[in-house]
Amino acid sequence: MSKSALRVAIGLTVITAILAAAPWFAGRADLRLIGEIMSYMALAILWNLLAGYAGLVSVGQQAFVGLGGYCLFICVIWFDFPPLAAVPLAALVAGAAGAIFAPLLFRLEGAYFAVGTWVAAETVALIFAAIPSLGAGAGMSLPTAAVKAIASSRELREWTVYWLLLAIGMGVLGGVYLLIRSKAGLALMALRDNPTAAGSLGVDIWWTRFWTYLGVAAATGAVGSVIFLQKLRISPDAGFSLNDWTAIVIFMVVIGGIGRIEGAIVGTLIYFLLRELLVDYGTIYLIVLGLAGILVMMFSRSGLWGIVERRLGWSLLPTRRLRE
Amino acid sequence: MTQGALPLSIRGLHKSFGALVVAEDISFDVEENSALGIIGPNGAGKTTLFNLIAGAMSPGSGKINSFGKDIGSMDARRRCLGGIARSFQVPQPFSGMTAFENVLIAAAFGRGLNEHAARKFAIKAIDRTGLGGSSNRLAGSMTLLDRKRLELARALATGPRLLLLDEIAGGLTEAECRDLVSLIKEIRDQGMTIIWIEHVLHALLAVVDRVMVLDFGKIIAQGAPDEIMKDPQVAAVYLGPDSEELEMING
Repeated sequence: MSKSALRVAIGLTVITAILAAAPWFAGRADLRLIGEIMSYMALAILWNLLAGYAGLVSVGQQAFVGLGGYCLFICVIWFDFPPLAAVPLAALVAGAAGAIFAPLLFRLEGAYFAVGTWVAAETVALIFAAIPSLGAGAGMSLPTAAVKAIASSRELREWTVYWLLLAIGMGVLGGVYLLIRSKAGLALMALRDNPTAAGSLGVDIWWTRFWTYLGVAAATGAVGSVIFLQKLRISPDAGFSLNDWTAIVIFMVVIGGIGRIEGAIVGTLIYFLLRELLVDYGTIYLIVLGLAGILVMMFSRSGLWGIVERRLGWSLLPTRRLRE
Repeated sequence: MTQGALPLSIRGLHKSFGALVVAEDISFDVEENSALGIIGPNGAGKTTLFNLIAGAMSPGSGKINSFGKDIGSMDARRRCLGGIARSFQVPQPFSGMTAFENVLIAAAFGRGLNEHAARKFAIKAIDRTGLGGSSNRLAGSMTLLDRKRLELARALATGPRLLLLDEIAGGLTEAECRDLVSLIKEIRDQGMTIIWIEHVLHALLAVVDRVMVLDFGKIIAQGAPDEIMKDPQVAAVYLGPDSEELEMING
């Protein structure tokens, strides 16, 4: 392992360890907030991988969040699965859906692709809303017995879900970082910077995009399943919400800095900072968010992290291949 | 050598965008270890021809064979793996990455190697083009000359047997141009087959052993450089009848 990778590994381990101990020193509300930050950080890093690196600007990621959530509820309610065991299955189902969508959507380019992903997500939502045994438009709740199967006490249950969110957030962060440091990461960075040149230098654009789309779909499904395990209720409107699972995530990545892992992380933190600061001001909060997004797009296309990187040369998660 | 194993053999190539014909019945061969120059006025279809050869565009009709294989329906990636590399007229660097990373990508994917094995080829290619000292600089912040060199380094790193150069001398100063010409000569002398599109005629003529003239998507002349430069039809189409540069070249 190189020096820089070792530093990152140590850093992430320390942060994870501190956050894992949070139940012993943080309150319930704080745990919920950190858990939410973790789930959004994972979604932002995944969307950034898709749009920022692979050039696949999807506005339909809510399809996989909802699928993951529904998959967990179906596994638990219909097949008596332990809720935690249903999480990997949710990833599998979302990944499979991604594998089906990809060949169809990849025929579309640019804005058409974006619209296509949205249509696909709406279609999935409509299908779920039409199935009576899934509660149709009203959705369904996890039965008490299943909730108790997570852990016996409410406190322990909340901790378990928190740890699960922490594991997924940090897991996605570490996994994507390792991916970008691998040979596949070279292909993704080449695609990010110049797809035409990438193709003419031997990068397999279609398959690189396919595996990225599939992996992101699966991981997004896993995140979705845990989000709704925490909420204990799912409905088509909540599960397949464009606003909650894609629009906010796009905002985070854009203000943080698209095409850099740090950008997605910084963007997530800024979003939650603004939200918590402006929580008492009602709709002003949305106006400030919108303004922040517009300003960043106008003055720094590479986001706030892009400014830091240019001015200070910082890199929290170095992926540079240096010639020694 | 059989015609089938030539680095490039094109027959009846045709391409149009709507009513605009950009390649019309183009046929030519390129022999191993030769250097072909392609000239013609702007919009003559030179870069389109490169796009067709390198796989950035698919032809309307016609056959493209390279090293004994019909490559007409292959994508750019497979043609690259088959030994065809190109430089772009407007440099297309991976701007967010360093020069070394740019070349590393070419060596890793163009040769199908893992990153560790590709390093050796990347270093060789980058040093050969004189960019070694700027290896860890961001490609996006490089001068035009260095970005052109980077184009060449990336193309070489893929391990090509046929090198397509698209106006690589364009926009350079006289001194920069001389450096580049001697580099391309060196590459040619080491046995590379080259096709070179260029407006800077004296640079081109110093390297190539055959010239082809395109106009409105058609080949209007081809032959030895001095022959072509004396062809009145070429002079009229390409340079205008009273061109100073043509007089200079022809003495």
